[in-house]
Amino acid sequence: MKSEVKARSVARSRGRRLGAFVFLSPGLAYLVVFMLVPLALLLSTTVFRRGRFGGVVYEFTTENFERLLDPLYLGVVVDSLKIATLTTLIALLIGYPTAYVIARLPRKWKTVALVAIVLPFWTNFLIRAYAWIMLLSGPGLVNSALKVFGLGPIEVLYTQGAIVTGLLYSYLPLMVLPLYAAIDRLDPQLTEASANLGASGFTTFRKVTLPLTMPGVLTGSLFVFVPSFGNFVIPEMLGGSKSIMVGNLIRDQFLKARDWPFGSTLALALIVVLVVLLVAQSWVARRA
Amino acid sequence: MRRSKLLYIPFWASYVFLYLPIAVLVVMSFNAGESAYTFEGFSLKWYGELAGDERVRDGLINTLMVAAASTVIATVLGTLLAVGLARHTNSKLLDSVALMPAVLPDVVLGIGLLVFYGMIQFTLGLYSVVLAHALFAMAFVAAVVRTRLAGADTSLEEASRDLGAGPVTTFMKITLPQLAPGIVAGALLAFTLSLDEFVIAFFTIGNDDPTLPIVIYSMVRFGVTPEINALAAILLLVSFTAVIAGQRLTKIGEREPRAQD
Repeated sequence: MKSEVKARSVARSRGRRLGAFVFLSPGLAYLVVFMLVPLALLLSTTVFRRGRFGGVVYEFTTENFERLLDPLYLGVVVDSLKIATLTTLIALLIGYPTAYVIARLPRKWKTVALVAIVLPFWTNFLIRAYAWIMLLSGPGLVNSALKVFGLGPIEVLYTQGAIVTGLLYSYLPLMVLPLYAAIDRLDPQLTEASANLGASGFTTFRKVTLPLTMPGVLTGSLFVFVPSFGNFVIPEMLGGSKSIMVGNLIRDQFLKARDWPFGSTLALALIVVLVVLLVAQSWVARRA
Repeated sequence: MRRSKLLYIPFWASYVFLYLPIAVLVVMSFNAGESAYTFEGFSLKWYGELAGDERVRDGLINTLMVAAASTVIATVLGTLLAVGLARHTNSKLLDSVALMPAVLPDVVLGIGLLVFYGMIQFTLGLYSVVLAHALFAMAFVAAVVRTRLAGADTSLEEASRDLGAGPVTTFMKITLPQLAPGIVAGALLAFTLSLDEFVIAFFTIGNDDPTLPIVIYSMVRFGVTPEINALAAILLLVSFTAVIAGQRLTKIGEREPRAQD
């Protein structure tokens, strides 16, 4: 009797291990072949020399990393950090009050307001950038509006400001959604209590609302910063040839200069920045 | 009270910022003139032009084929992976590896695959785009199905096993039907993401016939014409309808179980 039970449990644990294999192996195999192996190959090329027509010559070198420290390339990385940070800050400044108002709307209007925030995000990314070419270019809407006030015309397209505008337009919904989720969860009684105890609106915001919604602030900032930092489409369409970002450099190394090792080194720099941010975010989130 | 009134300024500014470009885009698509800047009267001629544009039509067909094929792969693999991760392992590492394609910057995935295909000498084309799209779509399907699994009742699966059903029977008869809404939602998400995906396709398509986003990219780089506005207006209409229909469907889906309670 006892041995029968034991035999059944052995068979069951074997069945469970078989189940784990059946369910996990196809997906994991796909991830290994199409993600982990390509990433490993990509990162390994950073220490080799470039081939003459693309590809890699397997001779060890540190020249790719030395080139990364060249002021020319380092400047592009710093510019990209600046542009992505500025975009994130503006998104936070507009997104926070927007999410706050949405969270306090009556239930019926809440859904409408949220859907309206997300809708533009589901339209083609390139078309959203294209709309801004129309608005910002010489004869576009921005300069026409300035003309009414007797101002302009000014050069707005093909500047860093145009890039920030385009990135902001593309990723603002990604800031509003996590902020909304955080603010919506906030108990209104807490802010009421703070106000009743004599705190000013700003003190209540600084001491109660903001700390409690910090996870939303961090998530939203990350959601905006990450795709902005590595972007190459918006800088190309709205920044012209004068303002470029890391993404453009990487693209050019692979499709124009055919320098895979240096392109991979730039991609590594991109990954390092993002990993540092992710670690910092989870550290701050744990402390908050 | 005054303070909350003040908050309405950035609130409305956000919506004006999000919808003004779309409004201008749509209005200019009905322009009778050649310019995308000055409106010279109402006309549908750019829609006619668009209907006769072979590049756009072929791009649309390619995009739909790529999206359909990658959705099938991603849905099968992503569902199995979600069940495996939720029911057969506690590994945090496997969890994060499965989510990685959704988190990695698309440029990195694109060039990683370009180098990989180059080294194994896989001919680039629509097939390589399908395999690449299936990768990141799988991560999204797995994530969506897992949220459904987290809410699912495991006692039915245990009962099925206790009554002697093997893992395959339990999966087919108990788990799969419970997961169906999650799988459908995941598949829809995978399809939509693939339809709109540009960066990874751009790196992995080689010299093959382009997908629609790549066609749009080359049109936009070529210059600003009302034909792009007409295409934009149609795509806007399609995605707005899809999102609003999806919203309605999830609402109906949410209402049903509540009525049973």
